[in-house]
Amino acid sequence: MADAGPAIEVKGLRKSFGSNVVLDGIDFTVARGAVFCLLGPNGAGKTTVINILTTLLCADEGTATVNGFDVAKHEAEVRESISLTGQFAAVDYLLTGRENLVLIGELRHVTNPARTAEALLAQFGLNAAADRRTSTYSGGMRRKLDIALGLIGDPAIIFFDEPTAGLDPESRNMTWDTIKSLADAGKTIFLTTQYLEEADRLADKIAILSHGRIAAEGMPQALKRVLPQGQIELRFADQTQLAKAGRVLADRHPSRSESALSLTISTDGSVAQVNRLFSSLETAKVEVAEFAQKSPTLDDAFLQIINDRKGEP
Amino acid sequence: MKRLFSDTWTMTKRSLRHIVRSPDTIITVVAMPIALMLLFVYVFGGNFGHIFHTGPVRYVDFIVPGIVAMTVVSGIAYAAVRLSMDMQRGMVSRFRTMPIASSSILSGHAVSSLLSNLFSVFLVVLVGLLVGFRSHASVVEWLMFIALTALFTLATTWLAIMFGLLAKTVEGAGSFSYILLLLVFVSPGFTPTGSMSAPVRAFAEHQPITPIVDTMRSLLIYGHAGNSAWAAFAWSGGLLAVCYVASLWFFRARRAPMVVSQ
Repeated sequence: MADAGPAIEVKGLRKSFGSNVVLDGIDFTVARGAVFCLLGPNGAGKTTVINILTTLLCADEGTATVNGFDVAKHEAEVRESISLTGQFAAVDYLLTGRENLVLIGELRHVTNPARTAEALLAQFGLNAAADRRTSTYSGGMRRKLDIALGLIGDPAIIFFDEPTAGLDPESRNMTWDTIKSLADAGKTIFLTTQYLEEADRLADKIAILSHGRIAAEGMPQALKRVLPQGQIELRFADQTQLAKAGRVLADRHPSRSESALSLTISTDGSVAQVNRLFSSLETAKVEVAEFAQKSPTLDDAFLQIINDRKGEP
Repeated sequence: MKRLFSDTWTMTKRSLRHIVRSPDTIITVVAMPIALMLLFVYVFGGNFGHIFHTGPVRYVDFIVPGIVAMTVVSGIAYAAVRLSMDMQRGMVSRFRTMPIASSSILSGHAVSSLLSNLFSVFLVVLVGLLVGFRSHASVVEWLMFIALTALFTLATTWLAIMFGLLAKTVEGAGSFSYILLLLVFVSPGFTPTGSMSAPVRAFAEHQPITPIVDTMRSLLIYGHAGNSAWAAFAWSGGLLAVCYVASLWFFRARRAPMVVSQ
């Protein structure tokens, strides 16, 4: 089974909690050695997907195989093949860093837990803190140890559930570097995140999860072309100016707010395009009272993608 | 099978380390029963024995079994608290996604709870001996007393684990033991049931803690197991079996995400 076929294969996965539909039929495939990223806002169902794939939760419908093993039927084999680095660093606060590593080594039945611990402490630069209780560690150090714990027993597939949530920029960069080096070493990585930037930096393939469905799937470059780059909001002094501007910019399909006396226009973020926008207003002698540039949120991106899909035949 | 024992032992070692590194948990557990015992023996003196008609039995001898039961039910709450903390900090999710005997995640807490509570009971009995408690039990009765205490501890520990799995918060996980504590007070642990009002007495004579406390007293004071022994062992064994099976079933069901947000 192992080493043949995809690392992860998910077909028609559904999960509800009571009347709340969390996963509404999702499909995707993760190739061996790939870094696959599930991108989505809070509450999109990312953690539920991870929970099902890591044998913590049963799906209502559909199938999922990990390393060739059905997660519903062969949980022991799946657990041999994976490790999970959860949203919060799951380290034992009352034990030292070294004791944490030895504990997991003993549970994974590695030949020499002490030596494995020693090697990982060195690899992650935790030697100086090795014999301190992890309750004294910083968030970044805990995350390092957390990732190190996930490497014990050499699992083929590593799951990261929002690995950089709540980390400072330095620890975030460290986590990114670690994930990259794991990918370079040939591990299959399944990652969830809310941040487009993170997905873009790490993933070979991104699937966007929105309201329990895969809204889009593809290479980062291809997806980025679909996403809106930014918006410009123009505010006017009165209704007359607003109406005039609306006519001038009609071909840009602005969204109009009568109450705020404003127009919001999507742009590709380029100076040239913004320039053209303002010069066309100036030519038409429309007075702009204020303007603001807005970066797109991930939710905007999902709405855009979903709207684009609706337009497709 | 081999994995079951080695994983349970690894988990037990971990949990024992937690207990040794937070000695305040043992101190809190033994402080209250010891304080209560000293209060009864020194502050209220011999009056209680007279008021409650403990007959020829000295009051200090009379209350030691009740004090032991109290020690156990306040101690086992920590098994629920430790398990609940493991769930909140993501340790349970980490362990459950690893190729280990999944029962060991719970059993480790159960075995450490058994050992730490027997140690607490040892401390309490030791203080009892210092303040005048005397037993007529021979080695056999002492062994039976230890066996019953161990069985009662394991049974209530698995009850605690069951509550720990169901509780939404760490505080909630620990709080259920107050119900058990109440059962100890409404038992012949501190007063003979004869001195209770009729409805309370009817309840006290039929609740599970009663035969357990009666049997402990019979073993320690009279040097024989007494009439309630079978009921004491049956209640404890039954509770253990039900809570063990229910806890494991719930733990393995993969029904709800067992991760609590931080």
